[in-house]
Amino acid sequence: MMRTSDLVSSAGRALRANPMRSALTALGVIIGVASVVAMVALGSGAQAQVERSIASLGSNLLIVVPGSMRGAGGVRGQAGGFDSLTMDDAEAIAQLENVAVVAPSQRARTQVIANGLNWNPEVNGVTPDFLTARDWEIAQGRMFDETEERQARRIVVLGNTVAENLFPNMEPVGQTVRMNGGAYEVIGVLESKGQSGFMDQDDIVLAPLTTVKRRIAGRRGRGDTVSQISVKAQSEDVLDRLQEDVENVLRQRHRTREGEDDFTVQNLSSITETAAQTTQVFTYLLGGISAVSLLVGGIGIMNIMLVSVTERTREIGLRKALGARQSDILHQFGLEAVTLSVAGGIIGLVIGVAGAWGMTTLFNLPLVVSPLNAGLAIAFSGLVGVVFGAYPAWRAAKLDPIEALRRE
Amino acid sequence: MALIEARELTKLYRMGDETVHALDGVSFSIPDRDYCAIVGPSGSGKSTLMNILGGLDTPTSGVITIAANDIGQMNDDDLAVFRNQTIGFVFQSFNLLPRLTALENVELPMIYGGVLPKERKERAAELLERVGLGQRMGHRPTQLSGGQQQRVAIARALAGQPKLILADEPTGALDTNTGVEIMALFRQLNREGATIVIVTHDHEVAAQTRRTIEMRDGHIVSDNLNEGKTRHDANV
Repeated sequence: MMRTSDLVSSAGRALRANPMRSALTALGVIIGVASVVAMVALGSGAQAQVERSIASLGSNLLIVVPGSMRGAGGVRGQAGGFDSLTMDDAEAIAQLENVAVVAPSQRARTQVIANGLNWNPEVNGVTPDFLTARDWEIAQGRMFDETEERQARRIVVLGNTVAENLFPNMEPVGQTVRMNGGAYEVIGVLESKGQSGFMDQDDIVLAPLTTVKRRIAGRRGRGDTVSQISVKAQSEDVLDRLQEDVENVLRQRHRTREGEDDFTVQNLSSITETAAQTTQVFTYLLGGISAVSLLVGGIGIMNIMLVSVTERTREIGLRKALGARQSDILHQFGLEAVTLSVAGGIIGLVIGVAGAWGMTTLFNLPLVVSPLNAGLAIAFSGLVGVVFGAYPAWRAAKLDPIEALRRE
Repeated sequence: MALIEARELTKLYRMGDETVHALDGVSFSIPDRDYCAIVGPSGSGKSTLMNILGGLDTPTSGVITIAANDIGQMNDDDLAVFRNQTIGFVFQSFNLLPRLTALENVELPMIYGGVLPKERKERAAELLERVGLGQRMGHRPTQLSGGQQQRVAIARALAGQPKLILADEPTGALDTNTGVEIMALFRQLNREGATIVIVTHDHEVAAQTRRTIEMRDGHIVSDNLNEGKTRHDANV
């Protein structure tokens, strides 16, 4: 029985005897593993990005928007297209169990002028709880309080994008902006949340809800209606239950039946889940396609090993005559195949990670390379060597020594 | 008991519809420390007999015992161990591995015998000294002459401390002078205690051994002590 160290040195010697051939054979596996690693890393990066941007909207959050009311003749309106939600609805939701914070808000769009510059952001009339609901922090200055909100004070908190565009070289807090002909004092700037999909979350101005309804929203701001209610649950576990409760209480108040609701409750964690699942499927798909090239690499190994067994028939015959058992020959050739594929796997992993780094940098995605995936790539390339090396090695082991020695 | 005991060895080959009797009821025995030649033209069955003696092939019927091993009953792995421990092969075309040095070629059987590297190297170096190649250990086969290559092969055959050395046309690929040197080496090894069987078609080569077994058409047709050799051996 051959010692393991002798087996290893013999396989290494055989592979070094034909360096070009060994390198080209390993190249098949290198390309396969590199593309699997790069594609999976890219997919995981995209997935992490989607999850991160959705999570940035706020955690444990339900967003209630008006919409989809069946009008006369069964025509459905666009979600959010008209005002069916009221301040009373918000108060009724606040009475529910498991609610942490309820924040009604009124959206409007208007030009904001300051400093000789103008910008056209979304102006959102909110209560102070809005920041809690959306997990949003103040970067500079402060948020307005409930008293200021009730008094409809002319103050605003700017989103990061708005602040940068209106006050490029200036401290925004303490400055004045003009909206709809009125002057408003900037009392704070929000921390940046970045892109969410194609939407820039920082392109926003927060003002007291009452202020917006009275002075900016125009006709739609009149009365008791709001354009959106953000509901934050106490924990993720109760989110689904709270969604049902919110739907039930609004159906009662609006006297609608299930299926004919004039409102929609969006559950952000379920949206996150769906989006994450979608990108995950995408990742698997990319990985699966790349795995085909790994398969082709494996076939390359098998091909070369078969050639090698044919070329070395006499050597195999001699080794058998000198006392090599079938298992010795099997291990020797099997190890050559596995060495090729694992070496290819390691080099492929390095190239794949480098490629993934390049692509994620280019697409501005986070680079996600888990040790598990890296380990799997190496293990899988080893498996390729075992699977595709098995048949040539078996052929070598089964050679009849008399026939093999006679071969020229 | 003799080192080799063969009784009624028969080997059949099927060639299409025809059955060829490569060996047809061959019986003989070879004692320990013998030096003998098996001669015959091609097709006489001598190669088949050598393959069976070497544990590379098994007889269709009959009993063959070598060093108390009933090799007719062995499976593949047992035969591999038997070849490694009991037989030393010398081939007509040397069969050295071209990528290995002389020393490494001699180590090869010991690798399969599980001998430790240090011990292996020492023993291989010793054997190369013994066949007169102490200065050529690091050379590869292509850097050696035919006679030198065959000496490496003989050192390799001795590496596993075999009970029997089987040489198949050992001088067939060598010029006359080198052939004579190789035969002298065999004779010396025999004097030092090795049992050697040489398979050849060449009667001149056979005449240099102690005993000639002549084969034809799968039978042994004669089995004689060689002239002069008996006297020589008797003197020893």
